[in-house]
Formats: sequence, C-alpha cells, structure tokens
Amino acid sequence: MTSDFEANSSASAAPSAQTPLVLLKNVNKHFGELHVLQDINLEVARGEVVVVIGPSGSGKSTLCRAINRLETIDDGEIRIDGVELPAEGKALAKLRADVGMVFQSFNLFAHKSILENVTLGPIKVKGMKSGPAKELAMSLLKRVGVDNQAQKLPAQLSGGQQQRVAIARALAMQPKVMLFDEPTSALDPEMINEVLDAMVTLAKEGMTMIVVTHEMGFARKAADRVIFMADGQIVEEATPEEFFTNPQSPRAKDFLGKILAH
Amino acid sequence: MDNFLSLFETYDVAGAFWVNIQLTFWAAIWSFILGTILALMRISPIASLQWFGAAYVNIFRNTPLTVIIAFGILGLWGQLNVVLAEDFQLNFLRLAILGLSIYHAAFVCEAIRSGVNTVPLGQAEAARAIGLSFLPAARLVILPQALRGAVAPLGNVLIALTKNSTVAFAGSVVESSNLMKQMIEFQGDLVIPIFFVFAMGFVIIVVPIGLLTTWLSRKLAVAR
Repeated sequence: MTSDFEANSSASAAPSAQTPLVLLKNVNKHFGELHVLQDINLEVARGEVVVVIGPSGSGKSTLCRAINRLETIDDGEIRIDGVELPAEGKALAKLRADVGMVFQSFNLFAHKSILENVTLGPIKVKGMKSGPAKELAMSLLKRVGVDNQAQKLPAQLSGGQQQRVAIARALAMQPKVMLFDEPTSALDPEMINEVLDAMVTLAKEGMTMIVVTHEMGFARKAADRVIFMADGQIVEEATPEEFFTNPQSPRAKDFLGKILAH
Repeated sequence: MDNFLSLFETYDVAGAFWVNIQLTFWAAIWSFILGTILALMRISPIASLQWFGAAYVNIFRNTPLTVIIAFGILGLWGQLNVVLAEDFQLNFLRLAILGLSIYHAAFVCEAIRSGVNTVPLGQAEAARAIGLSFLPAARLVILPQALRGAVAPLGNVLIALTKNSTVAFAGSVVESSNLMKQMIEFQGDLVIPIFFVFAMGFVIIVVPIGLLTTWLSRKLAVAR
C-alpha cells in the first residue's frame, strides 16, 4: 500500500526536479566474504548521463544490476523515481518495466525473431495490441538502424546489430532510465562505434542513463558525470573533463595511467 | 512352423500391443503435463514449491514402478475403492496409466530441467528486465527454449515409458507381456519364438521413436 501511495504522489507531482530519478542510499552487498558494494550513495537526476568506470572486480556491474534488482542488496535502499524497489512479485516486475537494461552479452531471446524480441514486452507486459506494438518496434529498429533485419533470428545478426536490437527492445518499454552493463565489452572492435553512436544519440535526446563501460571516448562525449569505483567503493565523482584531466585520488590516477598509456 | 503361425490366430497379439500403445500414449501426455508443472516448481523462486518438486522427484524416481502399479490396483482400487471407469478392464487400464504417469513425471521433470540448463541465465535476466514476472517469463522465454533443448532426454523417457508399459501387467491389464505369459503357458514348446515376437514388437515400436526424437532435437535446436 505504501509504495502505491508513493508512486501516485510522485506521479502527480510530475516535474519533481527535486526527487532524483535513481537514488541509492547506504547500499551494501556481500558475495560471501567479499564486500562488493560498500556504503554506496548515488543520486541520478532526470536526464542525466552517468558513466561508471573502474577496474574489473570494483563492483560497477553489481551496482548496475542492483538498480533493477537482478542482484539483491544486503542493506540500504534503492529508489526509482521515489519508489523503493519492491522485494519480489508483480510490483517488482512493474518497476523493472520502467528500467531498461542492456547487457554485455546482448541476451536477445534466441528463439524469437528480431521484431518479436522488441514487441514481446509491449504486448505481454503493457498489454499493447500487436499492430501498434509492431509499428513501435519497427520505428525503434529503424532508429538504431536494424529495421531491415526484423524477420531474422538473433544468431543471424552480428554482435553490433544484436546489441542495437537490445537497445531497441529496452526502449520499447518506454523506460524512465536505461542501464547499460558494459554494452560494448563483448563486441569486435569494428562494431563498437555503431553501438556507441546509438547510445550517444539516446543521451542527446535526454534519456537518463547509467552506463558501466571502459569506453573513455563515450564518457567524454556523452557523460554529464563520471563515477570511478574501486574495491566496492565510489572513489571519485566528477565531470568527464575534470576526471580525465585532473583525477584526485591515487587510485584513479593509477587506473587512468594504465588505460590511457597506449 | 504351422503351430507357430496358428498362435497369431488363437491370440490377439496386435491387440495386446495396441494396449501398450494406448498406455504409452496417455501416460506420455499426462506425465508430460505433470512433469512440466514439477519442473516449473523446481525452478520457481518460491522455496516451498521447490521443496515439493524435489520431494516428488526423489520419492517417485526411487520407487519401483511395479510397486506403484500394484498399489494402483491393490491400494487405490482394492482398498480405497477408487474407480476410474465402470468397465472392469478400462478401470485397470486407467489405474495403470495413472501409475505410469505419476512415475514417469519425475523423469520428465528432470529431462525438462536438463533442458532449462541449456538456456543461458541471461535469457531469464533479460525477460525479467523487460518486466515479465516468473510465470510469463517461463512460458514465453525459458520453457520454449528449454523444451527444444530437452527433446533428446524427453525421447529417452518416452522410450523407457514405452517399454515400462509392460509393467501394467502387475496391474492386471491384458497387454503384450500379459498375453505373452498366457501364450507361453499354453504353448511351452514355442517359448523362444514367442519371446522373439514380443521383443521384435517392441523394437519396431521403439526404434522410430528414437529416430524421430533425434531428428527433432536437431531440427528444433536453438541457434545461439
């Protein structure tokens, strides 16, 4: 009941610039002995593009996955548009529909055509009729440049094309925020740009985005803010310009030194 | 030789095999339905359902089929007066189908679960991420892929079921092994040919099932 009430009130106070769209407060998570998320506090405003970078094992993917509860957290709270993440069941499914997710390994539904991949959510979750859902899907596929592949199966597409379909699939739910969990890490080098271009366009259109990536070029071009994570903690938060030219912490300096050396 | 051929006039061998085919057909359908429900329970996020599914599988997979079928006729019908049909023979047939279904559902469940293991975890995560809850995600994304991956093990269960339908003998169903016993009793001199006929009969039924499921499992395989 409480969450329903809060959902309504936040919807009625529509342009609530004060409520952050995504809020994490004192979030902790352990994998056994390993403390992967340590007291994470993060606010993401409407329309903001936040890039999360850091060495592997720093907890950045876990952070991203925790935001739509693909990973549970031990304590703390996570709110999407003012509503605390429900534990399980229908309420959680409903909230996830508002949070788009793009995975490292694309995860397109392997037995369904490209078009069906994009229409499944609108039809089965939002109860859209198949006609309008197809129109919506085709316009989104066109936007990411794979509308001519609509009848194929995922395995018949290149990695870059599959990832662009995955972006279209997430957008079809008209999400409030999009999460990208290392969207280009599984791609061949020549396909990275086509995916990044689609993401830059999306960022320019005002989508709220949280992007875990190693693509510094994307961070410079599209991010409003860069978050540097190491050992389960947010070590540094700055604008891309500031972060790349003048990192404060030794940890960030070391990391940037290693990846920018070549 | 004449003696041997006259067997087929005296005894309805084809009819007896037809009973095995009926037993197999209906038990296959019911065990598939029950097994799918059990598999869903075992992969569901609800602990009590997982527990029930696991308990069912471990109990019935580890109970001899003969015991289950004999319980059907001696326990369910004889003691508890469970009647599934007014006709005597049909009642026994249905009790045997019930026993076969309950037993093989445990194996169907495990075959489907092995199919679920062929579906990458990312498929379920993607389904959840677009807002599908457990049942729709299972129905639309996981099971369609899992069943394609489970065709070969399900085929093995069906082959076992076909041959296990002879255990309905223990439930007083007049099927092929029951008829075989009768024939041997009255034609003791022809034991070897009679055995041979029934063995071949099953080979003829089972070989196409194996060929069909192998072909299907290739044709339906999900490209990744």
